[in-house]
Amino acid sequence: MSIDIENQIAELQKKVGKLEKGTKDQLSMVVFSGDLDKILAAMIISTGAVAYDMKVKLFFTFWATAALRDPQKKVSGKNLISKMFGMMLPKGKNKLKLSKMHMMGMGSAMMKGLMKKKNVASLDEMFKIAGELGVEINICEMSMDLMGFKKEEMMDYPHMNICGVATFLADASESKVQLFI
Amino acid sequence: MNSEELRNITANQIVDARGTACPGPLLAAKKAIGDIESGEIMEILSSDEGTKHDIPRWCEKMEHDFLGIVEEDSYTRLFLKKA
Repeated sequence: MSIDIENQIAELQKKVGKLEKGTKDQLSMVVFSGDLDKILAAMIISTGAVAYDMKVKLFFTFWATAALRDPQKKVSGKNLISKMFGMMLPKGKNKLKLSKMHMMGMGSAMMKGLMKKKNVASLDEMFKIAGELGVEINICEMSMDLMGFKKEEMMDYPHMNICGVATFLADASESKVQLFI
Repeated sequence: MNSEELRNITANQIVDARGTACPGPLLAAKKAIGDIESGEIMEILSSDEGTKHDIPRWCEKMEHDFLGIVEEDSYTRLFLKKA
């Protein structure tokens, strides 16, 4: 009888341990879009989440990876297709376009002007704040490889890693909130 | 607390986040709350309409005691007691 209870207690302890390791007060977000408005939304939600006492992990993949490039950094040794991708995609967060009403640059410029007027932080400021707050940015290795981006041309950011889908899945499965933008 | 009572409160810390847009006031509040002790009172000034909803929700989560709002002409004063 007592052995039975001991076994049950051991079993319960195991389960409690699993639960405690389970979901954290953490936000895990896939940032897929390379649009100005969507990345801005991702950064506002991220910094807000830190204020809301959550840990934040962003997984930048596909078009969003172009936004993390530093226009000042030059890398050599790219093949023709990589060079073309590099030229066609926005070189960094200040070259992004609105998903709607870009109007050959007029709409995006107007939006930036409006943001300034309404005291909405610019993407530059948002990334700086996010870095100070400890928002983690993980970049999808496969996307970078596909578009021919190199680690050396990415912007300086204090918490940046290059990783694969398993890292995102591990982060997401222990996060209370998961988003895709 | 009603606005009359709140107006008589002297806060230990006043955070002026007027002029900043979301999530500015929230970030300012998060930063400033570290500078006061438990039981002390913080006042947040914000001209952002959303702050009126955000700060009470944030207090709920952080377990601070949200005391209430005083509306001024062009901004809002929000009071809370640190948990």
